[in-house]
Amino acid sequence: MNLTRFALLTLALSLCFSCMKKEAGIPAGPEFQKKAQEALIMAKPGAIIELPEGRHELTTTLSLAVDNVTIRGKGMNKTILSFKNQKTGAAGMMVTSNGFTLEDVAIEDPKGDALKINGANGVTIRRVRTEWTGGPKESNGSYGIYPVQCKNVLIEDSVAIGASDAGIYVGQSKNIIVRRSRAEYNVAGIEIENSQDADVYQNTATNNTGGLLVFNLPDLPVKDGRNARVFDNKVFANNTENFAPKGNLVAKVPAGTGMIIMATNHIDVYKNTIKDNQTANVSIVSYLTTGNPINDPTYYPFTDEIFVHDNTISGGGDKPAGRIGNDLVPALGKPLPSILYDGVVDPQKHTAKICVQNNGDATFANYDAANGFKHIVRTISSNNCSLPPLQTVTAGLGGT
Amino acid sequence: MFDIRVHLRSSAAILVFLTGCSRQVRQYVNEPYPTKLSTWHLFTGKPAELHPNERVIPYDLNTPLFSDYATKYRFVWMPPGTSASYSPTESFEFPAGTIFSKTFAYQESGKQRLIETRLLVHGEYGWAVLPYVWNEGQSEAVLEVAADPTVVHWNQQTIDYVIPNVNQCKECHEKAKAVIPIGPKARNLNKDFDYADGRANQLAYWTRIGYLQGAPPPEQAPRAAVWDDPKSATLETRARTYLDVNCGHCHNPDGSANTSGLYLTAGQTDLMRLGFCKVPVSAGQGSGDLLFDIVNGKPDESILFRRMDSVVPKVMMPELGRTVVHHEGVELIREWIRSMQGQCNAKSGSL
Repeated sequence: MNLTRFALLTLALSLCFSCMKKEAGIPAGPEFQKKAQEALIMAKPGAIIELPEGRHELTTTLSLAVDNVTIRGKGMNKTILSFKNQKTGAAGMMVTSNGFTLEDVAIEDPKGDALKINGANGVTIRRVRTEWTGGPKESNGSYGIYPVQCKNVLIEDSVAIGASDAGIYVGQSKNIIVRRSRAEYNVAGIEIENSQDADVYQNTATNNTGGLLVFNLPDLPVKDGRNARVFDNKVFANNTENFAPKGNLVAKVPAGTGMIIMATNHIDVYKNTIKDNQTANVSIVSYLTTGNPINDPTYYPFTDEIFVHDNTISGGGDKPAGRIGNDLVPALGKPLPSILYDGVVDPQKHTAKICVQNNGDATFANYDAANGFKHIVRTISSNNCSLPPLQTVTAGLGGT
Repeated sequence: MFDIRVHLRSSAAILVFLTGCSRQVRQYVNEPYPTKLSTWHLFTGKPAELHPNERVIPYDLNTPLFSDYATKYRFVWMPPGTSASYSPTESFEFPAGTIFSKTFAYQESGKQRLIETRLLVHGEYGWAVLPYVWNEGQSEAVLEVAADPTVVHWNQQTIDYVIPNVNQCKECHEKAKAVIPIGPKARNLNKDFDYADGRANQLAYWTRIGYLQGAPPPEQAPRAAVWDDPKSATLETRARTYLDVNCGHCHNPDGSANTSGLYLTAGQTDLMRLGFCKVPVSAGQGSGDLLFDIVNGKPDESILFRRMDSVVPKVMMPELGRTVVHHEGVELIREWIRSMQGQCNAKSGSL
């Protein structure tokens, strides 16, 4: 009896130790790059790799391709991977493996994207900061936190600053939670693109060119993005001049944009506080608005099944920029309405469900972009409808 | 009994050792792989001279990948009694145990310097990538999963030569998340080679020595253009071959650059997918304020061309494997884009 209990205890202990699988930490110092990269290559699935406190200088991309590895620092202001002197490689950190967790680390000043995660199932980004420290500049890298073609993505309590494209950019992915994070001084703060089933909540997007964008783009292997719930976010004063290199879609976002919902469907936007975005607090548009040619026959450029309700929207529209500013101010006057809808519908369907309800005093306009602003509608009566709630996203919690 | 089985299974090398002579190529199909290149017995004699051991066959490609002007020495070895299965379009199916060896070298002040030898080994759990770095004395190369860059002085240039780490090797060699060989495809191997026992077509030679099964006669097999030989094919075919070899391993529907939707493989027929009038997706700085990947007739307005002509990390393409511009290759792409008729409906500006 005693022996059995002892054996069980030993087994339990050994299981516990093996499940922790803590690897030796990486020492700080001039060998950091090499030691860290070696550790990431030699890691066994289940490994936890500890990064020490300090500013660690790296000159090339740090990459991970082993499944179920956790990389953990001492805090987003304590463990700093600095790529200020990066010589080669486009990304700061590049991950291609499943079940990836990154916690309590900052990635600063990489030449290209800060944290790119490509094709992973199970991604957890927790208390991570990506930042270009010289403020908004065209020479900053493109994306801060950038999972692409991933499944089950959780980004929480993180910070993205200074990206010349998007701070937090989830692209071509499925099952996504972005919460309690902050995006500031990026061209686009938070971007959900060509992705399905996203919950985006309790985030703050401010001082970006555009705060929070949900859209679909053509010419990509993963299309048909839809189903996003965007709620309890604070999206305010996104008035930073656009500093994206031209050619990229976000280069077209006018300064002063709160939210853009473009070429997508089944998007529920509610209980957000959206204010003081000087061009438009909320824009709902089709891809045709970009003026880009559509060569992709399988791409659907129209917007449908959008529900904007119970938001607190105030201020803004007072200093409109871009084509929206140039074209709409003569037709609509200043300040522009808080919720702008281009009114472009699929000619095959003749109609779209764009529902706007209970947004306090927020003003609205359907500006009939397809007919040169001929039939502008400023009352919400024809858009006063509701849509059924979308399901909660439950996946994304730390790998599968 | 149990113990013995585990022991034998964990060390395939011992099996080979027991069955063969130690001077022959040694086979390792699982970790830990040898830390020294010499342990594999791929070469005999003076290490830096790379004299192939028995059954180690040198080969060459019609259009190789550009690697900072390095000279490359390629060899293949397959276990006795095994052979690869032919495919007209993809990399051949190679038997378990296959070893590819590629050595990168430069002429430095009149002397050859070997930098690294990359082994691609068909192990028990798929292909393993093993980068061995040559020592200063050129007597041995040592496995380094994340080697430091090295400075090369070549042809009055200084090259900060980057030895790719294991993950970087995978970035190019992965297709749908599995590591595969890239170079040894029928079209790229279909050429003559000067073997020790005389000149022969590589596909025919591999077939003759039992390394390849199912191959048609060389004249019926596809043959890639030689990118810098105008007699080998038209400008367009040579340019497309160059893009296939230098870009297509990532820019294909199953490659690591599929997120861009730009596909540059030889078989691609959709002009938009090839970049013509295609707007970039996540090019970032790479767009360089340009609107399309390729604008017919206008190389200087084409993002694809500009990225090939750059050495700025976030702009340059390919991202890996080169630190200097391949001027001759870039010229070829310039001429090709210039020769293309048509136009893109460019609209810039904001929403």
